[in-house]
Amino acid sequence: MKTLPRRSVLTGLAAGSALALGGLPRFVQAQSAAPIKLGFQLHRTGIGAAYGRWYERTAQAALALVNAQGGINGRPVEILFEDDGTDPKRGAEVVEKLTTQHGCDLIFGPLFSHVVIGSAPRAGELKVPYLVCSEGYHVASGMLNRWTLQPGITDVRAQVSSMAPWVTQTLGKRVTMVFPDYAFGHDHRDFFTEAVKAQGGEVIAQIAVPPTETSFTRYFPQIPAETEVLYHVMVGPAVLTFVKELGEFYGSGDRPQIFGFIDSLEAVDLAAPGLEFLEGTYFWEAHNRVKQADAPEWEATYRAAVGVDDNGASVSDARDVATYSHMFSVWETLFTIKKGMEAAGYQSPADRQKFVEALEAMTTFDAGLDHVQGAKVFNGKTHQVFGSQFISKVEGGKLMRVHQTSIADGQYPDAVDYTAQSF
Amino acid sequence: MTRVLVLHLAVLAGLAALGAVLPAYHHGMMARILMLAVYAIGYNIAFGYTGLLSLGHAMFLGAGMMAAGLWVQQGGSAAAALGLGALAGLGAATLTGVLALRTAGVSFMIVTLMFAQAFYLTLLYFGAITGGDEGFPLPAAGRQLMGLDLSQDGPRYAVALAIFAVALLVQLALVRSRFGRTLVAMRENEERSRMLGYNPFTTKLAALAISGLFSGVAGAGYGLLFGYVGASFATIQYSILPMLYVLLGGAGTTLGPLLGAVLMFYLIDTASSLTELSLAVIGAALLFLVLFAPKGILGTLRDRGIRWLP
Repeated sequence: MKTLPRRSVLTGLAAGSALALGGLPRFVQAQSAAPIKLGFQLHRTGIGAAYGRWYERTAQAALALVNAQGGINGRPVEILFEDDGTDPKRGAEVVEKLTTQHGCDLIFGPLFSHVVIGSAPRAGELKVPYLVCSEGYHVASGMLNRWTLQPGITDVRAQVSSMAPWVTQTLGKRVTMVFPDYAFGHDHRDFFTEAVKAQGGEVIAQIAVPPTETSFTRYFPQIPAETEVLYHVMVGPAVLTFVKELGEFYGSGDRPQIFGFIDSLEAVDLAAPGLEFLEGTYFWEAHNRVKQADAPEWEATYRAAVGVDDNGASVSDARDVATYSHMFSVWETLFTIKKGMEAAGYQSPADRQKFVEALEAMTTFDAGLDHVQGAKVFNGKTHQVFGSQFISKVEGGKLMRVHQTSIADGQYPDAVDYTAQSF
Repeated sequence: MTRVLVLHLAVLAGLAALGAVLPAYHHGMMARILMLAVYAIGYNIAFGYTGLLSLGHAMFLGAGMMAAGLWVQQGGSAAAALGLGALAGLGAATLTGVLALRTAGVSFMIVTLMFAQAFYLTLLYFGAITGGDEGFPLPAAGRQLMGLDLSQDGPRYAVALAIFAVALLVQLALVRSRFGRTLVAMRENEERSRMLGYNPFTTKLAALAISGLFSGVAGAGYGLLFGYVGASFATIQYSILPMLYVLLGGAGTTLGPLLGAVLMFYLIDTASSLTELSLAVIGAALLFLVLFAPKGILGTLRDRGIRWLP
């Protein structure tokens, strides 16, 4: 029998060990080698498709990193994507499909509020953790259930409330609001009006625009002349018309300070024709689209992983602008899932309740590559995370940060204690 | 008549048996499909039997759902909510019919679409009550029907099947009655029916009202069974869906709405998992249908031999 030379054996062992320890992820501690299956409720089609495209890319990038780090509890992780058409009926069906047909351990990823509210009851009935990336106040308001959590993104109430001090102290105290006349706009109307009042300012006009409008010229004369700040939040393709017509309305004459929510212009290139009027105006951002000079070290790694350049567009197509102020929530939620499953010793769907309880016990997330947007405080009772917000000014067609709020600026009293509810 | 009744009872028995053997996912989906089939039965009475091509049925579905949802939200019972849903669908359809039936054909389609859009925008406008575009989940306490917890899979399927069974048998009795034949007469030749002494306006109004009642029950049932009520169910796509179900299964056939709802549901379900062009797949299927089986599956079967098929 031919024997292997001792040197070859040692070299082979060393190479094999190196590959096992460094070259490949270590899925060694697991009781089961089967992958953990995460379901992703994706807005691949419908009104949320622009967000869905980037949410999917972000999820894939985060998944690659999680697996490269050894997976969850030593097990590889896979994500199953299902299109919900950005529709609440289909959303609930997708929750059911991912849970009962694909056997996913939990579900995450939806953004649009009506999909979340339409799907959460079914998630509660199936007793499957449902982690949303939605911004809506519906989680912390107590409308949903114990199985629904929002650990990856702040909600509209926190965002709006934390803007008010800077807006009133820096731009002006007399504010006119223009917003879409449905629930999303009403959240802005109610919470911002209240927050401005608390700062000694006043919302002097609230201009609600019906969702079917395609031209806005008849609304602009309703803006009072004494307006110091025009606050706008419009969603959908009509935003381009809105900005263009606003520019035509004011022309080159005096105009109030203008403050908007980047939701209006997510996935839209600020250099697009007709948006020149935005120069010198301000926007809320949750995550700076343009890489700032003082960006933390992990920012470059994150951008490379999700395929976004320093201007916030796809590295392969400069016209494909990211939904940068929202997509980080998918990344952060996946890393929170990892933390929660590891804290709960998650092995199978039988441990779903333990996973929710482990998340509820969490209080803070440190900024870093797993929480790229920044440090956060998690409220286990309301299932809602809180974090810093940014205000940016359009300078030379680019969004440059001028202010960062504290986490405390967005916190508000608890409206619910989900931990008191039964599973 | 006997074999027709046997066929329908066999279909219901088959559905009951399916409830016992289907795997979890399909069990849940079948409960949804049964509610959608009730909606399609309502649409079939207006479109399939009376020839009223409406694009406003989402209003009747949404009215039923919203009435039931608001009632339950205020602490009302599920049984009363179903009744309220039926009344809301009936009322909305009657009001629409009184005005829209002054028109016919394409004009009727457009007028009903306008009413439905106005209703949808009204739901958004009164968002403080209706939940606007976001809608609202229903409290668990309100989802108890005659001792059955509708959030549980077994009772949910049983209730969905019971509602469907009533709808199917009422439809069968209706279309085989003298009134049912009058509806078909309106569809085939309105002027001749008028000459024979029938009043087209009141006949069509009654058909639309009954159609609205079925739609309202379906909306209320869907909300109660699945725990969510929202304005999105009043959007135009929910007017188009029952039309697709009925066209696919066979307009003017009693079992066509169920068959169409099952096939279209799974076509959408499968296509949306495979491609983001799922709507194109559905479009291609409809083109195929129009070219090769314009009367739908059961309509074609009836033409090609099974003439007793109702």
